[in-house]
This record gives sequence, C-alpha cells and structure tokens, in this order.
Amino acid sequence: MLDSPVLWEEILQPGATWSHVLKRGTSLRMIDIEGGANVGAMFYNFECTAERYNNPDTLKAQHIARLTEGFVLYSDMGRVLCSITADTVGWHDPLGGMSNHALVKAKYGAVSYQEALNDCHKNTRDAMLIELGKWGLGPRDFTDNINFFSKVEVDATGAMSFAPGNSKAGSSVELRAEMNVLTILNTCQHPLDPNPKYQPKPVKLELRRVLPPAADDPCRLSRPENGRGFTLTERYFL
Amino acid sequence: MSLVESPRSVRSAVYSQVIPAGETWIHLIRRGQYFRIVDLKGNQAVDTFFYNAHDYADRYSAQDTIREQGNIYLTAGTRILSRFGTHLLTIVADTCGRHDTLGGACANESNMVRYAIDKRHMHACRSSFLKAVLNWNFEGGLTKRDIGSNINFFMNVPVTPEGKLTFEDGISEPGKYVEMRAETDVLALISNCPQLNNPCNAYNPTPIEALIWEGDVQ
Repeated sequence: MLDSPVLWEEILQPGATWSHVLKRGTSLRMIDIEGGANVGAMFYNFECTAERYNNPDTLKAQHIARLTEGFVLYSDMGRVLCSITADTVGWHDPLGGMSNHALVKAKYGAVSYQEALNDCHKNTRDAMLIELGKWGLGPRDFTDNINFFSKVEVDATGAMSFAPGNSKAGSSVELRAEMNVLTILNTCQHPLDPNPKYQPKPVKLELRRVLPPAADDPCRLSRPENGRGFTLTERYFL
Repeated sequence: MSLVESPRSVRSAVYSQVIPAGETWIHLIRRGQYFRIVDLKGNQAVDTFFYNAHDYADRYSAQDTIREQGNIYLTAGTRILSRFGTHLLTIVADTCGRHDTLGGACANESNMVRYAIDKRHMHACRSSFLKAVLNWNFEGGLTKRDIGSNINFFMNVPVTPEGKLTFEDGISEPGKYVEMRAETDVLALISNCPQLNNPCNAYNPTPIEALIWEGDVQ
C-alpha cells in the first residue's frame, strides 16, 4: 500500500518529551535518525484516562516479552490502544522501565541547567511526570512504559541484559491508533544502556491518516486473542 | 534457585489470617515487621501489590524492581521497589524459589481477550483489587488509577531468549511460603486469584495464609 501523505513531521530532540492525542485512524511513525535511539512511551485512552496501557495484559495476551510488527498494545479494559503496523527494528523493550534522577546522576553525573543550559542531564521519570501534569494527570497515573528501539534479553536464569546495536540509523516503527490515545514520548537513554556517556539521540516523528484495520489486518489475525481485542475495541465505538 | 527458610515460628506471629480463593485482603504492615504468605494447598497464584503507606502515589513498580536487581524473578534477596525509588520491602525467606511480576492480574476484560468474550462474568483479581481500594478509608480515595502492575507470588512465568512469555506449571507445593521485611510502612493489597481458565492455580483456586511478626524496629 502506498503511504498516505505525511501531515505532521517533527524532530523530537535528544532527551526531549512530546505528547499528543493520536486520533483513531492516524498513525505515528518514529524514525531512529542516527541509530541507537530510545523512546520511552506511555499510553492512555484520552476519553477516560483511567483506561491506560497495561503491560502485563499486552505481554500475556500475546505470549511475548518483546514488541514488534503484528503485535498490539492493550489497555487494562481489553481494548487495543495501538497496533504496531510496521517495524524495521524487530524488538522493542517492555521490561526495562524508565530512567530517574538518581540513576542518571549515578551513571553520568549531575549536570544542571545552570551549567549546561539545554544540554543538562535529564531523566525519563521526571520528564514523564511533567508531561502527565500538562494533561491534568499526576504521579498516580504512571504506567509501565515501553522503550521503543531498545532490546533487553532475558536468559534461562531470568537475568536481564541490554543488547547494544539493536536499532540502526534509519530504522522505524509505526503505531496505528485504534482509539484516541494520549501518547507521551521521551527520548532519554534506556536505563540499562551501558554507554558511559550521556548521549540521548533524536527521533523523527511522522503522522499520517491511515485506513481502519480490515478484516484481514495482520495485527487482528496475528493471534486469536487479538481478534477478540479488536472486536472489543470496535464495540467501544458503537 | 536457592531456597531460604525463615527462623520465625508460626506460634510467635502476632497476626494470621486465612484468605480463601477469590477474596481480597488489604492491611497495613509497619516498618520492621515481617510479612509471610503461605501457599497452603500448593500452586496458588497470590496477586499482591504494595503502597508506601505515607504516600499512596508511591507504589510498587515491577519494572523498577526487576531492572534494579537485573533479573525478572523475585526471590530471597529481592528489594521490592516503588515507582519513586522507595525500598518498600525485602524478601528475606523463600521456600518456593521464584515468583512472577510480569503476568499481572486477571480482569474480566483481559479474560475476554485471552479466553472468550463470554468469560466477562467470571470472577477476576482486578475486581477484587478495585473492591479493596475503593473501600479503603483514605482521604481523597483510592481508585483504579492507583492499581499498577503487581507481583504474582508462587507463579512461574518464564521468558525465553527469543522474547516469548510462557506460562509454566507452578513450582510451588503445599506449605511453601515467601516472607518479606517491611523497610517502610506499607499498605499490602492481595487478591487470592480466582482464575479458572489457566493453569496458574492448577485450575483449582485454594486458600492462602497471611502472617505478620513484630520485627526489631518498633
């Protein structure tokens, strides 16, 4: 299928935060410009923010500990917030969570705004809290986050390890909004990134209009669970 | 997997309560107290969540807990952490050896997705959680937004190197227990899982017991 035109294009700067209500029937493509980017993300049903991304429901409905094309992001109400309709990376991390002030200070040192202006060291948790506040939400509204472009492997003993080099320059992932989804993104480094330098990367965002998921949509058919998830989502709009 | 027994005897506990399957339990545990959950009949999933009792917005975080210990399984030695970095509890004894925190809690809606749309009516953990928090007497009230990703004590949910999540038969047996020391005052929330659709309870939900001991810190 030919891509529909890009309606909004924006560079999300390194260590920056972005939020938007992705409307049902639009898509968000994130492009890792330089390679090695990380995008922490949280998702809410904009019409009732008590309904929000549920990481365990997403993982157990699809028997996965990674995210890629063909999988969907579930809310706690059994509905599909977004589908992953395209992905050239192959693995996005739902386990590692987000960086915080203490972690960034311990890894990279504290660099204040006074010293470094917009190159000061930022962390995802503080940035997410501010962005939640802009929508009338607060600390009680944190959810688990996804780390797009990052990979955390788990071995037979349960040990977690960050896999460097997961995302090459130009890699992209596309989310199709199946509801009106308040989406909050942040480009700070993954909390398990072994890079000793504070070096967050930029990401390009593209928004398009897309067709609704057809009867043979690959995300709908990827698992019987997802077929039911789409049915419940479509019933919400009746 | 190393198993660690507790030196505390059941006789010296200051509190004990049997929690039947499908029931909820919410209780304050003071800093220094020891808190044990016993799998009385074996292979029961105990869905558990914790709050910092001084700030309910500062609650258990599965992602922070597993990342900081570098391992997805909870067992003796695990520091149970909150979203804002508070050390809530430490697992000090564990005769089961492995506990899950990726599988979350069952809900009417997730049951409809996972099993069949006509499963909406079946009793589920997140209904138990909601009942408990909505009834908890707290200024401002606790609501659904205060319920995050929980721990499943006694449940076995391995992840493969290929990134698959699998639900394996339980490794727990009758009488196995996990014991924690509260590192700050915590509010503990339990749903003793009523799930009938998957093997997390061996298709047979059974009672558990919660016990509390006084600790060294008063």
